[in-house]
Amino acid sequence: MSTVDLTQELSVIEGKPPLRELDDLISKPIDAKASKKFYIALTISGSMLSLLVIGLGLTFYYGIGMWGNNIPVGWAFDITNFVFWVGIGHAGTLISAILFLLRQKWRTGIARFAEGMTIFAVMTAGLFPLIHVGRPWLAAYLFPYPNQHSIWVNFDSPLLWDVFAVSTYFIVSLIFWYVGLIPDFATLRERTNHKIKKITYSIFGLGWRFSNKHWQHYEMVYLILAGFATPLVLSVHTIVSFDFAVSILPGWHATIFPPYFVAGAVFSGFAMVQNVLIIVRKVFNYEHIITLDTLEKMNKIMLLTGSMVGYAYAMEFFIAWYSGLPIERFTFINRAFGPYAWAYWIMISCNVISPQLFWSRKIRRTIPVMFVIAIFVNIGMWFERFVIIVSSLSRDFLPSSWHLFVPTYTDFMILIGSFGFFFTWLLLFAKALPVVSMAEVKATVTGSQPSHGGH
Amino acid sequence: MSGKILYSYTGIFDTPDQIIHAAEKAVEEGYTKYDVNTPYPVHGMDKAMKLKPSKLGYFALVFGLSGTLSALLTIWWMSAINYPIVIGGKPLFSFPAYVPIMFEVTVLSAAIMTVVVMLFFFFKLPNNSHPLHGTVYMKKVSADKYGISIQADDPKFSESSVRKFLEGVHAAEIIPIYWDEEEINHQNKIFEPKFIVFLAAVALITSGVTYFSFNKLMYMVPFNWMMDQPKLSAQQQSPIFADGFGMRLPVAGTVARGYMLYQFTGQPDSAGKTLVNPIPVSKESLALGKTKFDIYCSPCHGYNADGASRLRGQFPNPPSLHSDKVRTWTDGRIFAVITEGQNIMPSYSSQLSVDERWAVINYIRALQRALNAKESDVQ
Repeated sequence: MSTVDLTQELSVIEGKPPLRELDDLISKPIDAKASKKFYIALTISGSMLSLLVIGLGLTFYYGIGMWGNNIPVGWAFDITNFVFWVGIGHAGTLISAILFLLRQKWRTGIARFAEGMTIFAVMTAGLFPLIHVGRPWLAAYLFPYPNQHSIWVNFDSPLLWDVFAVSTYFIVSLIFWYVGLIPDFATLRERTNHKIKKITYSIFGLGWRFSNKHWQHYEMVYLILAGFATPLVLSVHTIVSFDFAVSILPGWHATIFPPYFVAGAVFSGFAMVQNVLIIVRKVFNYEHIITLDTLEKMNKIMLLTGSMVGYAYAMEFFIAWYSGLPIERFTFINRAFGPYAWAYWIMISCNVISPQLFWSRKIRRTIPVMFVIAIFVNIGMWFERFVIIVSSLSRDFLPSSWHLFVPTYTDFMILIGSFGFFFTWLLLFAKALPVVSMAEVKATVTGSQPSHGGH
Repeated sequence: MSGKILYSYTGIFDTPDQIIHAAEKAVEEGYTKYDVNTPYPVHGMDKAMKLKPSKLGYFALVFGLSGTLSALLTIWWMSAINYPIVIGGKPLFSFPAYVPIMFEVTVLSAAIMTVVVMLFFFFKLPNNSHPLHGTVYMKKVSADKYGISIQADDPKFSESSVRKFLEGVHAAEIIPIYWDEEEINHQNKIFEPKFIVFLAAVALITSGVTYFSFNKLMYMVPFNWMMDQPKLSAQQQSPIFADGFGMRLPVAGTVARGYMLYQFTGQPDSAGKTLVNPIPVSKESLALGKTKFDIYCSPCHGYNADGASRLRGQFPNPPSLHSDKVRTWTDGRIFAVITEGQNIMPSYSSQLSVDERWAVINYIRALQRALNAKESDVQ
């Protein structure tokens, strides 16, 4: 440990690999036949996905009564899962946009993958509001379009803001991702001799020519997109938190919600990205592209956001006491010691206590330990949303209408299935597209930039 | 080489320093139609090529602001003009609630349009038939080499001078690039059998899917708008009961809530003596009485209760309600007639509730008084 010079910025890519070798390495999983490991992983995620399909089939055929939701707990697993998955997506945009604006070069190795995760996480999240309406084939009513009823949507409702926020977020993330992929499609197009692959890459690569007259505008657009995606990602979880904060339910009606939710989203998102990247770098031999230093930096962000989330928990309690409102006080005491106390203490131990281990440099750089901590963080963040939603709804103003929520097997099928949905997309992405941006990584290798460029 | 049309002369370099140097020299030589191709953006190339800063930022600004404005105008028109609904006691135009959506639409339109403008208008993509495509040059600059391409239509272009220039900047390789003749002479053939078959397949699939979804799918569970429900509709059969009727009679001996038994069946005179009109004459009761009278009584008795009705001549004419007999009847006596019927007139107890019958009686009294007004009424 004494040999580490912390004043020196480390190179993003370890060693000085020749550029062509990088191309070969990154496009290897695409070109080569899928390994046995890949098929095993795909089978597992596919089986989980089929649980989702069955769960949704039951829900659509028999109706939402298949779930444990009932008045007063009208929102339960579905909205918990929605907020959880949207939050997972936020890390991707944070890595690709905010760290880009902050000129954090270590993001290059992980940005493409994290962006892909954003898209799949938002897709997974988007499932839940759709299935919660019960008849997702009528979901077009969520958008203001000229219809026979000549009636418009309610623009004063946070739920409508959510529709706009999540759909905008999905589209902008997809564009951002695709713009980043264009040069890589062109590189793949030039590499391959396979006829169908060549046609596919030619279509998606749009005939990109690596012209510097293009690169100049391209970099400007990338900057603009990053500039837009940054406030966008903050707005999305802010608006998600408005779904709760704008209501008057004790435990939801709090001004701390927007920053608290954004911090939580980044926290859980980084945990998920870290988990998946640890597997990816091992499976595809990307240890020198997705370096230990990168993982350590992600752990530091998890430590920061985990502490912010812990602060928010404490502040919620303080404000409940300080407000002097007996109902508000009751809600929080009920949260920690009521029927859902077990969920609350899972949340506290996973979210507040476990990331504090990252103060130790040794733990930050030990892969198995950080992997386990990140899993705990994701469990804790799921329970955070569960605690907020279910404990507040089940004990509101009127004791005569109190009722506990008990999930059904369909609820669990859909929860497990949502992971299957997410990981199936992720696996197909890892097989079909370059999971590391070739153009960006090449640009950050030592010696790839002119020595007298002044940069 | 003969017959081929030259597109450009290209030089390939191994290091980023060399390509920057080559670009700088190309500008010095006065070449205008040239391009530099590198696998990733090389820092300092904009300066070396003397490119003007990208103007795409202005497009983002304009499209973003027009997104903001159109969102605001649309929401204002929808919620304050086209279909105004008061929600939660808030003003019809509640600006703060619109800020989130305005922001999202700003970002959406700016992001989409900036990328669209860049790809399709600035770069004129997609373009897979550019002469540089499918060349060794493109293969190299897409991976790890750096290339410069000086076009044949440059005013300063001549094969020997460009070759000399590229040698002068130490290009590792010099490759001439020709237009692909096949691509130049290629014409889209609309009547190609392949294309026709493709069109036919698209038409078939589209119409098939449309037919299936609108004529079949919409009538299947769970897409059928809840038309299929386990409850019984009126007049439907039910296998649960022995007689097979879905609609049931009330249990014998029970009385429905609010139901008052009529005690004077077959005794209209005692009804006339005992029953008193509980509904005082008021604007509301007269209005109700008029509505009900016009619906149920006027077909035979006429709108003015004089018997001049729409059904006159088709049935035995009902007597005028302005006769002395009816005028001197008590309200209770008329009530008995409405409730039980009389001669050919059937009972109206199932059409008119008790209160409605009294209201109709009030209205009949008003009609009678209108035709036989007293001196005092005129004043």
